[in-house]
Amino acid sequence: MRKILRNNHLSGWLLAAPLSLVLLCFLVLPIVMIVVVSFWGATEFSIYPAFQFDNYQFLFGSPVTYSVFLNTFKYAAITWVFTLLIGFTVAYFLAFHVRSLTWQIALFLLCTIPFWTSNIIRMISWIPFLGRNGLANSTLISWGVIDAPVEWLLFSDFSVILAFVHLYTLFMVVPIFNTMMRIDRSLIEAAYDNGASGFQTLTNVIIPLAKPGIMIGSIFVVTLVMGDFITVRFMSGSQSANVGRLISNDIALLQYPSAAATAVVLLATVLLIIAVLLRFVDIRKEL
Amino acid sequence: MSAKRPRSFYILAGFFALFLLFLYGPTLTIAILSFQGPEGGLTFPMRGVSTHWFADLFRQQAVGDIWGSFSRSLVLGLMVMVTTIVVSVMGGLAFRKRFAGSTVIFYLVITSLVIPSILVSLGVGLIFSQSGLNVHWSTSGYGAQLTWTLPFGLLIMFAVFNRFDPSYEEAARDLGASAWQTIRHVVLPIIAPSLIGVALFGFTLSYDEFARTLLTSGSYNTLPLEIYGMTTNVTTPVIFALGTLTTIFSFLVIAVFLLAVWVQSRRRAQSGSDAGQGML
Repeated sequence: MRKILRNNHLSGWLLAAPLSLVLLCFLVLPIVMIVVVSFWGATEFSIYPAFQFDNYQFLFGSPVTYSVFLNTFKYAAITWVFTLLIGFTVAYFLAFHVRSLTWQIALFLLCTIPFWTSNIIRMISWIPFLGRNGLANSTLISWGVIDAPVEWLLFSDFSVILAFVHLYTLFMVVPIFNTMMRIDRSLIEAAYDNGASGFQTLTNVIIPLAKPGIMIGSIFVVTLVMGDFITVRFMSGSQSANVGRLISNDIALLQYPSAAATAVVLLATVLLIIAVLLRFVDIRKEL
Repeated sequence: MSAKRPRSFYILAGFFALFLLFLYGPTLTIAILSFQGPEGGLTFPMRGVSTHWFADLFRQQAVGDIWGSFSRSLVLGLMVMVTTIVVSVMGGLAFRKRFAGSTVIFYLVITSLVIPSILVSLGVGLIFSQSGLNVHWSTSGYGAQLTWTLPFGLLIMFAVFNRFDPSYEEAARDLGASAWQTIRHVVLPIIAPSLIGVALFGFTLSYDEFARTLLTSGSYNTLPLEIYGMTTNVTTPVIFALGTLTTIFSFLVIAVFLLAVWVQSRRRAQSGSDAGQGML
C-alpha cells in the first residue's frame, strides 16, 4: 500500500512536471523578478540593481496613485454590476426558459463565440457607433431627442464601461449558466407546489443555488477589469487612467522599477480581492 | 411539455435578442463599413461600395507587414495549441493522483488565470532583458501566452476528469492493459471530444492575445500587436477591412472545431461505438 502511494506521488509529479515548469518560468519567476526590480533604481535610460524604497515612497506619496486606484475600483464596481445583471438574466433565460437541449447549446454557443475573437477589433468596432457622426448620434438627432451630437459617447468613462460590459459579460454568462443547469428541476417544482411565486422561487431557490457561478463570474470580471490597461487607454482616448495604464506609461518611459512597484501593489490588491471572493466558493468542487 | 409559454418568456427572449444585438452589432457594423468606397471614412454614410480597402491590405507599403504578422500569429497559435493540449492532459491526469503539492500547483494555475496580463508581460520581459536574452515571439511570447491558455485547458480537463467513470480504466487494467495502454486505448478516446475544446481555447486565445505579448514579442509583431499599432496611425477603413478579415478567420476556426465535435459525435452514433461515453 505504501509503495503504491509513493508511486502515485511519483507519477503525479512526473505528469505535472511540464505544467510546473511552465508556471515556474513564466509565472513565478516573473513575479519574483517584478518584486526584485521594484526595489531597484532607474536613470533616464537604464535601471540598476539596488535595495531602496524610493519607488514605493513615490507611489504612496503621490495623490495621483490614490485617485487612479479609486478610478480602477470604480470601473470594476460599475462593470461588475452591469455584467452581473445582464449575465444573470441571459443565463436564466437560457437555463430555464429555453426548453430543448439543442437550442440551449446553440444559443449558449452564440453567446460565447465572441470570446474567441479579437478584443481589440471588438473595441475598434464601437467607433462607428459612438463617434461624433456615429450611428448613435445620427439616430438620436433624427428622432429629435437631441439637437447637436453628444460628445461624451466616445472617449469617456461611458465608452470605457460600455466596452468592458461588451467584452466581459460572457465571463458571467458561462459560469452562471453552468451552475443553473445543475440545479435539480424538482426543487423548482417543489417551490411552485408550495405556493411560491416566480419571483420568490428566483430569490429563494435559484439565486442561492447559482451563487457559486456568480462568484466565479465575479472573480473573472473583477480581475479582468482591474488588470486592464488597453481598453481604458483606447476607449477613453487616453483621457482616463487606471492602474494598468499607470504601469504601461512607466514602461513606455523605461521606468521599469517604478512600473514594477505599481505592479506589486496591483497584484497584492487583486489577490486580496480574490482571496475574499474565494471564501464564498470552493472552486475545485464547482468544476 | 407544450404548455403555453408564460409572459416572462417573451420579455426574457426580447432581452436575449437585444443582448445578441449588443454582442454582434458593432462587429457587423465594421463589416459593412469595410466595404466603403475609396472616398469613405470611418463612419456612415457609405460613400459608394467597393472592395478598395481589402485590396489595400494586399499592398505592402500601405499597411506595413500584416501578412508577416499574420503568419507569425498563426504559427504561434498552433505551437501554443499543441502545447496546451499535451500539458493540460498530463496535468489533468496528474491531478487525479492527488500527489503531494497538488494544491500549490492548483492555486498557481488560478493565479495564472487572474493575474493582470501586463504583469506577466512586464516580468517575462524584465527576466529576458536582464539576463541578456532577446525577447522573441517564439520564446518569451510563447511562454507568456501559455500562462493564459493553460489555465483554461486545465479547468476543462478538471471538469472532464471530475465526471470520468474510473470503472472503464479498472476494467482495462483487470484485462491486463499496461498504464500506457490504458491511457492510449481507454482514457484518450473517452476524453477526445473535450480535447477539441482545449485545442479551440489554446489556438484562439493565443491568436488574439495582446497584453501578454506586448513586451515579450520583440521586434517582430504578432497580428493583434500590428492591429493595435494601426489604431494609432491609420484613420481609414483599411483597419475595418483587416478587422473583418481576421474576425472571419476566427469564425472559420471556431466553425472547424465545432464541426469536428459534431462529426465525431455523429460517427460514433453511426458506428455504435461507445467511445466518448464513460462520463458520469
